Amino acid sequence: MKNYDIERHVTGESQFVDDVITPEGMLHAYVFYSEKAHAEILNIDLSNAEKVKGVKAIFTSKDIPGENQIGGIIPDEVLLAESKVEYIGQPVAIVIAEDQLTAKEAASKIKVKYKKLPVITNPREAFKAGQMIAPQRTFNLGDPDNSWNSCKYIVEGTVESGGQEHLYLETQGAFAYPVEGGGIKIVSSTQSPTAVQRVTARILNLPMHKVEVDVLRLGGGFGGKEDQATPWAAMAGLASFKLNKPVKLILPRQEDMIMTGKRHPYSSDFKIGINKEGKIICYEVTFYQNAGAAADLSTAILERTLFHCTNSYYIPNVKATAVSCKTNLPPNTAFRGFGGPQGMFVIESAIFKAAEKMGLDPSEIQKKNLLNEDDQFPYGQKTENCHSGITWKNAEEKYSINTIRDEVKKFNAENNIFKKGVSFMPICFGISFTNTSMNQASALVHVYTDGSISVSTAAVEMGQGINEKIRQVVSKVFSVNIDRVKTETTNTTRIANTSPTAASTGADLNGKATERACQHILRQLKEIAAEILNASSITHVEVIDEVVHCDGNKSNLKWEELIKRAHLKRFNLSSHAFYATPGVYFDQEKEKGNPFAYHVYGTAIIEATVDCLRGTYKIDSVKAIHDFGKSFNPLIDKGQAEGAIVQGLGWMTIEEVIYDENGKLLTDALSTYKVPDIHFTPDIQVDFLKNSDNLKGIFKSKAIGEPPFMYGIGGYFAIMNALKAFRPDADLPISAPFTPEKVLMNLYSKVEEKQPA
Amino acid sequence: MKTKLNFICNNSQVEASVHPGLSLLDFLRKELRLTGTKEGCREGDCGACTVLIGVLNGTKVNYHSVNSCLFPVGEANGKHIVTIEGLNGTDFSVVQKSFIHEGASQCGFCTPGFVVSLTGYYLSNERFEINDAIESMDGNVCRCTGHQSIINAAKKSTQLLSTNISNHTDHINALIKSGLLPEYFSGIPGRLKSLGRKFPASEKILSPQYYIAGGTDLYVQKWEDMLKHNVKFLSSNVILKTIKEENGNCIIGATATVTDLIESKILSKYFPKLKEHLKLFGSLPIRNRATVGGNIVNASPIADITNILIALNATVHLTGSSGKRKLLLKDFFKGYKTLDLNKDELVDYVSFKLPAKNSYFNFEKVSQRTYLDIASVNSSIYLEVTDDKIITTHISAGGVAPIPLYLNKTSEFLKGKTINAEIVKEAAVISQTEISPITDARGSKEYKSLLLRQLIFAHFITLFPGKVKMKEIA
Ligand SMILES: Cc1cc2nc3c(=O)[nH]c(=O)nc-3n(C[C@H](O)[C@H](O)[C@H](O)COP(=O)(O)OP(=O)(O)OC[C@H]3O[C@@H](n4cnc5c(N)ncnc54)[C@H](O)[C@@H]3O)c2cc1C
Ligand code: FES
Ligand code: FES
Repeated sequence: MKNYDIERHVTGESQFVDDVITPEGMLHAYVFYSEKAHAEILNIDLSNAEKVKGVKAIFTSKDIPGENQIGGIIPDEVLLAESKVEYIGQPVAIVIAEDQLTAKEAASKIKVKYKKLPVITNPREAFKAGQMIAPQRTFNLGDPDNSWNSCKYIVEGTVESGGQEHLYLETQGAFAYPVEGGGIKIVSSTQSPTAVQRVTARILNLPMHKVEVDVLRLGGGFGGKEDQATPWAAMAGLASFKLNKPVKLILPRQEDMIMTGKRHPYSSDFKIGINKEGKIICYEVTFYQNAGAAADLSTAILERTLFHCTNSYYIPNVKATAVSCKTNLPPNTAFRGFGGPQGMFVIESAIFKAAEKMGLDPSEIQKKNLLNEDDQFPYGQKTENCHSGITWKNAEEKYSINTIRDEVKKFNAENNIFKKGVSFMPICFGISFTNTSMNQASALVHVYTDGSISVSTAAVEMGQGINEKIRQVVSKVFSVNIDRVKTETTNTTRIANTSPTAASTGADLNGKATERACQHILRQLKEIAAEILNASSITHVEVIDEVVHCDGNKSNLKWEELIKRAHLKRFNLSSHAFYATPGVYFDQEKEKGNPFAYHVYGTAIIEATVDCLRGTYKIDSVKAIHDFGKSFNPLIDKGQAEGAIVQGLGWMTIEEVIYDENGKLLTDALSTYKVPDIHFTPDIQVDFLKNSDNLKGIFKSKAIGEPPFMYGIGGYFAIMNALKAFRPDADLPISAPFTPEKVLMNLYSKVEEKQPA
Repeated sequence: MKTKLNFICNNSQVEASVHPGLSLLDFLRKELRLTGTKEGCREGDCGACTVLIGVLNGTKVNYHSVNSCLFPVGEANGKHIVTIEGLNGTDFSVVQKSFIHEGASQCGFCTPGFVVSLTGYYLSNERFEINDAIESMDGNVCRCTGHQSIINAAKKSTQLLSTNISNHTDHINALIKSGLLPEYFSGIPGRLKSLGRKFPASEKILSPQYYIAGGTDLYVQKWEDMLKHNVKFLSSNVILKTIKEENGNCIIGATATVTDLIESKILSKYFPKLKEHLKLFGSLPIRNRATVGGNIVNASPIADITNILIALNATVHLTGSSGKRKLLLKDFFKGYKTLDLNKDELVDYVSFKLPAKNSYFNFEKVSQRTYLDIASVNSSIYLEVTDDKIITTHISAGGVAPIPLYLNKTSEFLKGKTINAEIVKEAAVISQTEISPITDARGSKEYKSLLLRQLIFAHFITLFPGKVKMKEIA
């Protein structure tokens, strides 16, 4: 299958923000940021910086003509610091110069007088100090308090999961230029053009129609450019507006890593109760989310943690509490899975620890408790077309789990240094924005008089293949060659009030809107065709492979001629259509509802080998039966699954975000923050669950962006099982990422104590 | 400080007057507006900026990949620079087709770098192995695909090319015929030759502030400075690059690159596993540039080549305005990033006694990510053993002190001992008294101590599997 975007990527022709030919006289920006994690600003001295040759202007919060406020859900975040700073990396001033190097040099000459305030980086400490982003929330199911009695095994514990740097290969960036009438045009690398438009308008005190935002494509987003692409675009907008000149702001990598938020670290407590048959009867969990210094999307992310706190298991009695804690770190933000992975990791850990106590392999408990049809989630929704059991069973059979287990056993018996471990990871992930109102999209389709077609939607291309999928939708509805279809940039003037491209919903929402727009046009075309071919009604005509058919017979009327005739007859060859997901709702008061259009299921088997001498490891393979629905682009969908799996493994293993106690990021470069490379990549086999379809997705497919990320969690437990093969009695703490350091310390730290000093 | 430069970029001749310290990446993107080469990190760690450098060698041009963010444009003089744009012909190339076919690109930001690296592999090797082809992309990171589809693409293009170009004499023309390269590549040797005749190497630079060897440390640490000051390239001195055997000694010129070490016949004869060990050093484009002299003078406590050379008890040979002098490498380091090196001195070469028949060598490195990562702790060991008795031993340890460390007491202790598990354990305990690790992004001090112990165990378990067993130690 052809993918127009890839064809341009392999030749280097594809343009990203920093590649686009820009207006003449472009100036460049560098952001001066706070060096203190919590402090009052007593004074900002710009005098030396302003003297640097080539510097054009320096802007601080005082220069903002509108409201200095960028918070999306809760208005608690300024664009530029005013009287205090709350994290290292918080923007304080924007330096504009002829080139970025000059701007950076000038920034190094800005002197700020701070009065230091106490720094908190740990979410539990923040909670104790009463620093919360919003009131805590609790989901309840059954009667958790009175069901512990019927449990034979009760296990309690603590689970830590770390942050994760998005490391989109293209850093954050935007450029802006003034347009006639006091408006501004911004080209931005954002997943959320409307957020950029809304915030820039607020900052500049302009009506939204005076701010046009255009997005060509992103060099990766993964959630990191959902809310956090906005400040950089707004800053470029501000500078451009004030100076009446084009201004570009591209974050250098290190600044990007220091200034932007990451996946939320969580610290959680669990208590799980299991009866003698191995059924999970009761589960209680408390999540402390490390939100960083401002809300950003934290509350929505926290909500999804609650939604997915039981993963793909049916648990009759659940009490899940979650609280977003305010710390002095950069505001953490959306990242593939949006809090879901953090919730799932805890239930998987609870099962692992329970299995340890029961002397079982965790997979025995996992398998016994998988969701069945009509089972209820803690948020009230019931499973429909549940594929938990079938993907598990297919995985066991297709990948010959018994053979795998035998081989692992044999390997472990024969090897002293290397040990292998296997784990299962079932997933269940809900599709829709959990904020119901965001489940809307629109599309604008033009058919030109030569028969070529252009389509604009709210969707942003960032590697997920949305452009190709939208083209497929157009080509399929019209039954024309896909080469006729071009996807346009995502632009707020063409498509207004867009939801971000996020929550894996891009293809469903925008695909459906596109389908509708095409159908409007097609209906008109059929009327013309019926008239030309003397058919009694439009039900008799159909376009098949670019040719009009009448009652199933091929006519002489081809696509191009049809379009020409439609135009001459003054039919509308453009259509704008709207789509809103039906049937989704959620009542936050009761914490019950039907928040998801549908769920995505799957089961993976993960194998790992640990070098028990050196503490290093290799994830050998990930094999997954995944529920793609009826995929209409298997190449793209498989690629999404593979990429998500490796990213999930990275989060669980080698990707480690480290802040010191002063809130300073130690892993602020690619040399210290390691993501999976080509050697890391395990053998990945992703198979499509057969006979799955989904009436609620575009062309019966299922959303693919996020769900496979969570197979990565299995990597943690595969390593854990390998360690247990080496030290069967070890009671190992659960703390992700499972770095080589933690592996080695877990293997030997107790032994170490007995050694002579 | 501007210099006149002449080189060929893709199919065009470039004449420019620029600061030679400007990175090739900036020159390509800003001056030539070749935006297919991307900036992902500016520190050699992502590969989005990968380009090929073609150097005339007789009638042929040898190509190797480099990170253009760490490559001074001044070094492009007289060479052929190939960017992604230079690989585009009338049709997609074999590599490009394989990427398209396998869906080996998502957002596309990393893709030009991967395509250039893999193409570079076929250009610089006459026999193709799938694993080597995959490993040629060890300096490229893709955040989207998880690399599985990229691995598939490498397999596909390797298969296609292997069947197409067996039995050929002219490698470049064979690659052109099989659809890997555009036609113009066949004319490059001739064009480079006449370029050299027309424009001799540029004038001598007086009083340089910076000597750049491979630039892989300098450009990471202070690329902004390279634009402002006088710089001199050490690579112009070819003599410094040689690796040779002389009177039972091995001599390695300071500008020999890690790739040169890997390809050296002498070294692979005496250290058959060195190639494997050195794969843990950086990535292919980094190894193509990183020099032995730079590794030593940068004085990082975890420098890998330095670590190996200390265990080989190597001597550094220096030249300065007051003449030549030499000293043992282990005595070269005075404190964190301080050396026994005068301002006007350069490292000429290093030398060490070639290993005796009864000798053993091993190198261990553990890092958060196995490849393209800096060690948490590394260690090398050299042993001479007669009748189970250790006659000589040198052990080095990196990441556990402010300097690349020679484990003096541990080495001393092992002398005369018979190899067994008890002795090794005791040696490991002694090693702990010689180190002073600190907690940083590469691990806690407790971890680093423990890791060094484990690596000492690993040396003996690896070298003497019959005598020292995992079971007796762990
Ligand atoms: C992505 C990446 C990965 C890396 N991975 C590793 C790794 O795995 N292991 C490792 O050990 N290192 C690694 N490095 C560090 C670096 O590549 C090595 O230290 C390399 O050997 C430095 O050599 P160079 O020629 O590039 O040094 P340069 O940057 O050119 O020079 C470094 C310093 O040495 C001085 N210098 C160079 N040659 C001489 C000489 N002959 N006489 C006197 N002074 C001299 C220079 O003036 C400069 O001060 C990595 C670097 C990068 C960017
Ligand atoms: S920009 Fe990342 S390696 Fe050069
Ligand atoms: S395709 Fe996005 S980084 Fe590789």
